[in-house]
Amino acid sequence: MNYTLFFKEAKPEEYELLGGKGASLASMSAADLPVPFGFCVTTHAFEAFMNESGLTKAVVDKVNCIECVDVDHLDASSKEIRDLLMDKPFPKEIEENILAYYRELCLMAGMEKDLPVAVRSSATAEDLPDASFAGQQDTYLWIVGEEELLLNVKKCWASLYTSRAINYRKNQNIPEEEVLMSVVVQKMVNARTAGVAMTLNPLNGDRSKIVIDASWGLGEAVVSGEVTPDNFLIDKIMLNVLNANIQNKHIEHVPDPANKCVVTREITGERATEPSLTEDEVIAICKMAKVIEKHYKCPQDIEWALDADLPEGENFTLLQSRPETVWSQKQAASNGSTVKTGMDSIINTLMNPISSKKS
Amino acid sequence: MSSQSKFISPYDHKAPEGAEGWQDLYPYYMVFQDNLKDTEENKFFYCDSQHWPHVFKPFDATAVEFAVKCLSQYNTRQWLIPPANGIDFKFHNGYCYMSPVAVDPELIADRVPQFMERAGFYFQNWDNLLDNWHKKVKGVIDEMEAITFEELPEVIDMQWVKDGIGLDPTYHMIHDYNKLIDLCYKVWMYHFEFLNLGYAAYLDFFGFCKETFPGIPDLSIAKMVQGVEVDLFRPDEELRKLAKLAVEKELTDVVINNDVNAALSEMENSEAGKVWLAAWKEAQDPWFNFTSGNGFYSSDKYWIEHLDIPFDYIKDYVKALLEGKNIDRPVEEIAAERERITEEYRDSISSAEAQEAFDGKLGLARVVFPYVENHNFYIEHWSMGVFWRKMRELSSVFVKAGFIEEIGDLFYFRREEILQLLFDYGRGWAMGVPAIGPDYIPNEVARRKKIVDALSSVAPKPAFNKPPEVITEPFTLMLYGITSESVESWLNSGETSDKLKGMAASPGTVEGLARVINSADELSTLQEGEILVTRVTAPSWGPVFGKIKATVTDIGGMMSHAAIVCREYGLPAVTGTGSASTSIKTGDKIRVDGSNGAVEILEVA
Repeated sequence: MNYTLFFKEAKPEEYELLGGKGASLASMSAADLPVPFGFCVTTHAFEAFMNESGLTKAVVDKVNCIECVDVDHLDASSKEIRDLLMDKPFPKEIEENILAYYRELCLMAGMEKDLPVAVRSSATAEDLPDASFAGQQDTYLWIVGEEELLLNVKKCWASLYTSRAINYRKNQNIPEEEVLMSVVVQKMVNARTAGVAMTLNPLNGDRSKIVIDASWGLGEAVVSGEVTPDNFLIDKIMLNVLNANIQNKHIEHVPDPANKCVVTREITGERATEPSLTEDEVIAICKMAKVIEKHYKCPQDIEWALDADLPEGENFTLLQSRPETVWSQKQAASNGSTVKTGMDSIINTLMNPISSKKS
Repeated sequence: MSSQSKFISPYDHKAPEGAEGWQDLYPYYMVFQDNLKDTEENKFFYCDSQHWPHVFKPFDATAVEFAVKCLSQYNTRQWLIPPANGIDFKFHNGYCYMSPVAVDPELIADRVPQFMERAGFYFQNWDNLLDNWHKKVKGVIDEMEAITFEELPEVIDMQWVKDGIGLDPTYHMIHDYNKLIDLCYKVWMYHFEFLNLGYAAYLDFFGFCKETFPGIPDLSIAKMVQGVEVDLFRPDEELRKLAKLAVEKELTDVVINNDVNAALSEMENSEAGKVWLAAWKEAQDPWFNFTSGNGFYSSDKYWIEHLDIPFDYIKDYVKALLEGKNIDRPVEEIAAERERITEEYRDSISSAEAQEAFDGKLGLARVVFPYVENHNFYIEHWSMGVFWRKMRELSSVFVKAGFIEEIGDLFYFRREEILQLLFDYGRGWAMGVPAIGPDYIPNEVARRKKIVDALSSVAPKPAFNKPPEVITEPFTLMLYGITSESVESWLNSGETSDKLKGMAASPGTVEGLARVINSADELSTLQEGEILVTRVTAPSWGPVFGKIKATVTDIGGMMSHAAIVCREYGLPAVTGTGSASTSIKTGDKIRVDGSNGAVEILEVA
């Protein structure tokens, strides 16, 4: 019985043990997309915990008794169930399993212990798209150490029984027996530099280019527009930088692991005007962007970070990739302007020569 | 345009001291005439130092005249290229300056249908016509090879008497000289028969790519079009084969420890050596008809007459092989890379219609491009190699007849003057008196040598007169890499800087010591791992590219022969910097960024 599975090690037939979010991360890993590494505590672990703690039937019975219209009753019952879960100890095998995987995760980041991780719930319910559960479960960031990790895994399990979650399932007539919970444990990205990459030139829709915006620290500064990021235009095929626009980057967002949060810090001195990416890094990001675009088969808008904890060359981390929509729709809508061919075109070329070859 | 908006007028650009009267070395129509000052000062001339970096001896002007005139005839009279006539050209202080001739805007439209019909026919029948071209050129070469020049005999051969020929050998000598010049003229017509159209089709694809993929590096376009197996690289390939054969037959000591003559005679002593000698002879025809120059100068050295040149390259290759290095061109990788690049750009096009246009234009560019790449071997190397060899044969006749001291001296006379020398020689022979030449010609050679040396001591100006607002002439852009921007940078070249901009001709960045080379003869000074800095590189410097780290030139476009070869050898190259060979000194530590067209002097020697 697999209680834990690394994203990379999960086979497609095991994806159902990982919940929606976990399955998605596993399939991206399988395609060599560099998502922050981590593992899932599978639904088997959840089931085993519930069974061995003798909670399975008790919880189902309790939930079935709840009258959702009575908000007080709902809240009270929800708290009761969650406390029940939180009080039960981990079965020994599951605890050992989780800790062994956590230790390996630390090693992967070159740390002996105490790697900060994100712990996220990843629920599953048959016949229901994961999206329906979006926001119904919890995410815990900057979790450090074994004890904290175990506590938060349990919290994720318990989050299956928040008032809102129970209410939602009742309204949707989802049978309690079919609801299972997996937990994703993933390395927190310690971004030295982060930003976005588009696998086309957003200025003209040219798909032979990649455009990168980058700034120091976590990507929030770029995405929110708080800084003017460094901007790079790259030829996607030849992988050379055609244009690098280095800006004055006055602030950065950095993690504050002690307080489990992110703080904004001023950038002083030369660092503000230094490029936030070396040329080699720009090229490495482009290579990954090409892999991601190929995987999704359409132009992508990618959020990425270079993780300071990882060795150079392996530090590119994919945070999120969405299909680019603006140009894709525009191009689908237009039939394209008429392109001259043959002798007509040669005449046109000779009559209107490009005035300069250096562009 | 910049603050300085105008180049010097040729009429204000005086001859260097000691070169006064240089105008008489060239035909009257090739120099700026005083009474045409107003007309000539209205034209913009740029110096073609890419093809012709050195001062011309009077005879050497022949090939230049033929080349530019023949290029022009196709634009103006055969294809009727709608916006472009030929290229006007002048010699000034020994260097060649060119001025593209535009078509009157009102006449352009009328030329279009004619161009369509004429050029269209060639594009449609390209392969057949090109097959025929190869036959025609080979025919010219055979005719040239059949010509021989010998000293006049004491008496006319008895057999001529019996056959009732009624002529003497001076008749044939003059006839053969004229024929050799004619054949040279003919082969320069052939040179341009396909070239201008080849460039037009290439430019069409080029323009399409620039529009579809704004900012696409020129290099990408070149790589999609460029061939993998190219005749121009065959001579170098033959040398590599010979080096490998020497290793295989265990002849490496013979090659490494001897000069060419000693090695060749030692080869005779063993069976293995004889096998190698046979391969060496076999490779020579035609592949040693190859020059380390560019075919335009009588001083260009051809391998077949200087066997030490190819032999020393073989030596270098053998040494590399013994060190375990791979000397093969990565042909498969080049081919795979070409396909990858093509496919990825093609996939970047969204509409099916534009993809189709891409395929069509690339297809045509690939049909015509082998000619663009290969014509050089057949004309500049092979045909001109034979031409210069025959001219030297004639020259040695004049040396024996006491007209001149050295074979190179004959080229201090214009081609029509040589007819006078021939007649003087034949006339004296006929009358039974000494020719006048031996008492007149040596002094004249000395006088002209001084002029040519004085001219050579000064570098050419990049251009004359007022440049146009925008450079639009398609062939000037393509072939010479002369753009509005490069002209502007020439105008500002007075300001010296340790940073130079040029064309990103071949990607990669390296640092190393510079070696400034002013002529092909200095190539032997290049050391392993140095960066070659020169006014212009010739592709025929092939084997030295195995030694060097990078190349920087003053002039040259993306498709200049130099750029093509650098890409083939995988060397970073920046071309068209305008002034690298003068701003950089041998021994300076420099950084060459061939991906961005930048050169920086890091440490001055």
